[in-house]
Amino acid sequence: MATITPDESDTGTATDDQVIDEDRNAFVDKFPTEARLTRYTFLVAFVALGIGGLFGLIQALHRTGAFRGFVSSADYYTILTGHGVLLVLVFTTFFISGFFNWAITRSLDRGSVDPRVEYGGFAMLLVGTVLAAVAILGGLVDSVPLSADVLFTFYPPLQAHPAFYIGAALIVVGSWVVGLGWFRRFWAWRKTNADERIPLQAFMVLTTMVMWYVATIGIAIEVVVFLIPWSLGLISTPDPTLARTLFWFFGHPVVYFWLLPAYLAWYTIMPKLAGGRLFSDPLARIVFVLFVLLSTPVGFHHQYVDPGIPEGFKFVAMTNTMFLLLPSLLTAFTVVASLEHAGRQQGGDGYFGWLKTLPWGNPAFSGMALAGLMFAAGGFSGMINAGMNINYLVHNTLWVPGHFHLTVGTAFALTAMAASFWLVPQITGKRLQLRGVAAVQPYMWFLGMTLMSNAMHRAGLIGVPRRTAEPQYEAFNYAQTVGGYGEMRIQIALGGTLLFVALVMFLAVMFATILAGKGGDLRVNSEFPEPLSGAEDAPKVLDNLRLWAVFALLLVVLAYGFPIYSMIQSGALDPTIPAVPVSVAGWLPI
Amino acid sequence: MEIHRYEKAWFVAGMVLIVGFIGTIAYGAVGPGIAMVDDSGGQVGATPIANGNWDAVDNFQEPGVYQSGENSYDVYIVAQRFAFNPGTGEPVRVPAGSEVTFYVASADVMHGFNIAGTNVNVMVAPGQVSKMTARFDEPATYGIICHEYCGAGHHDMAGTMEVVPQSEYDQEPSDGEDRERLRAALTYGGDR
Repeated sequence: MATITPDESDTGTATDDQVIDEDRNAFVDKFPTEARLTRYTFLVAFVALGIGGLFGLIQALHRTGAFRGFVSSADYYTILTGHGVLLVLVFTTFFISGFFNWAITRSLDRGSVDPRVEYGGFAMLLVGTVLAAVAILGGLVDSVPLSADVLFTFYPPLQAHPAFYIGAALIVVGSWVVGLGWFRRFWAWRKTNADERIPLQAFMVLTTMVMWYVATIGIAIEVVVFLIPWSLGLISTPDPTLARTLFWFFGHPVVYFWLLPAYLAWYTIMPKLAGGRLFSDPLARIVFVLFVLLSTPVGFHHQYVDPGIPEGFKFVAMTNTMFLLLPSLLTAFTVVASLEHAGRQQGGDGYFGWLKTLPWGNPAFSGMALAGLMFAAGGFSGMINAGMNINYLVHNTLWVPGHFHLTVGTAFALTAMAASFWLVPQITGKRLQLRGVAAVQPYMWFLGMTLMSNAMHRAGLIGVPRRTAEPQYEAFNYAQTVGGYGEMRIQIALGGTLLFVALVMFLAVMFATILAGKGGDLRVNSEFPEPLSGAEDAPKVLDNLRLWAVFALLLVVLAYGFPIYSMIQSGALDPTIPAVPVSVAGWLPI
Repeated sequence: MEIHRYEKAWFVAGMVLIVGFIGTIAYGAVGPGIAMVDDSGGQVGATPIANGNWDAVDNFQEPGVYQSGENSYDVYIVAQRFAFNPGTGEPVRVPAGSEVTFYVASADVMHGFNIAGTNVNVMVAPGQVSKMTARFDEPATYGIICHEYCGAGHHDMAGTMEVVPQSEYDQEPSDGEDRERLRAALTYGGDR
């Protein structure tokens, strides 16, 4: 009987021997219902990734002037909205739903209490996505009276069709319902395991969701109380500053909702793929608790250069933001220490010799490792963004997309792709196909992103704005820098093209795997080695989720209570001094 | 709880870095005096500005450049889809060596006001006045960019600012008729 060691992955040379089910030990064989839901969510995530990525290619070519034949510059903003919503809202939320569903099932070793809850949440996510997507894509067809080219941030008084806002609300509520299913599973597990430590992956899923429930309060109020009634013509224009504040209440923590699943993969999956084990379980728990506490009271750092907000509130958000560096710095230590341990176990020596022993040909490992490396670079540009005074130089310039294509666009997206190489065989019971393509894919992404992102950062420093179809202006030229603006444009166009090629490679591997026949030796399993320093070393209070939720809410009230109160005092809810309603949809008489 | 000694060292180094960052920002505020855009510009309704009812709005009756001291100027600018007034039709002109305070208000949606490559970089929210002060020591020509998406013609919304030598500035007072024409164009052609 073939034995499967925890260190093996699905990317080595495999035999084509037929094996019977008990040898496979795949997730799908043990939890067929949960595996099916994860398959569905991944399928939607991959489709969104494909369309959103195509839009990204169109943008890269259009705004650099390499090719402007796809859409007019006016329609560019519809493409941009689609790119943002499909990638950072739809792709992420669906992928995370499926990934967390796998993680909590595996880690609690328990199926859903009532699968109808999770499937109900999935249905809401799907309906919301379809509504929002139809509203956005309608903007490309003149005969369809729908449009939503308000970008991912949808600041009023720019207005989209109500279907867009209702769709966005359903996506958020759907994620709440999916999360409820996970909490119910945890509570059921707690009844029979009263004194046990929460298994690490379950702990990470649950703390991330606590953070998510707190963070989405802002967007829920903005969309449900203000934007939906306004788009239906029931109330006058909401106060733009208040709406923007509610958006960024959610808008920064949402990036941790994307990042923490990547952390889950780096802490738990990557050390195993490298042939080692996690360095410290207690520190991982501390990191996630710090994210629960500090993620939400930082949103004002997106509003450093907004008028109408006193400097003091911005300063408080700045200090919070800076302390939020701590959990990411701790993560860098723990993850690298775990990999070094793995490398030394395999016989690597010297200061850097252990790096050579790591499985760089395994796309699941190399994808996560390269994503982590790029996240370090993105973290440094993030420190610049957080610096209240130097933010003047980079606010709303191309620097900002340069930054978040490293964090969300690589730390999350590349990790998600790498995790898929490892996880999809387990949830489908099929072997990974096109392995050669898969092995090259992470490097292709890394190369494309290196070109695109470094050029975006540098272009931002000379003042090239983000979110514009035609960044060249007739009246003036940007200050000349090393290499010049033209060279940066070429890098962005080339990098964007390489990223799209990498995306097509990923989707080819995924769909070939999904469509492949069942059976064969999978050579993957969901078992994880024990950490070097285990959960028993962690203080018990870390597992008290209710306590952290209460503290998180308290900090949010401290950071946002007075600013929002003072906005209302100065007339944010007063309908007699509204901004001019501007209907982008063109269906509302204005 | 057991913490590895390298972990402890890393933790301390991380905290030093963070506190150091906060220190540099606090120093930037009290030393060189880098002030954040705040609520000192006050509030202004977007509707009267949009309706061309300039006279109803204090300080924005006549957007343009005003001398406020020996070496200081106040610049009132209205941002409206898809132009800055002044800035787009006629450049904003100030003499070199002056301290310039910008007051920018929106007549419709959220805009951005960035003098490319400088520290002058603010959001322009309907209902609020963005106030920001900067020094311009050398003669130069700058591009003014709207950096917040404001509609289908967003990429056309740009302007220029000319910092001219003091002697040149005294000779060429800005042209009032140009401004009248631009104002008429803005009032009727705000959408596209």
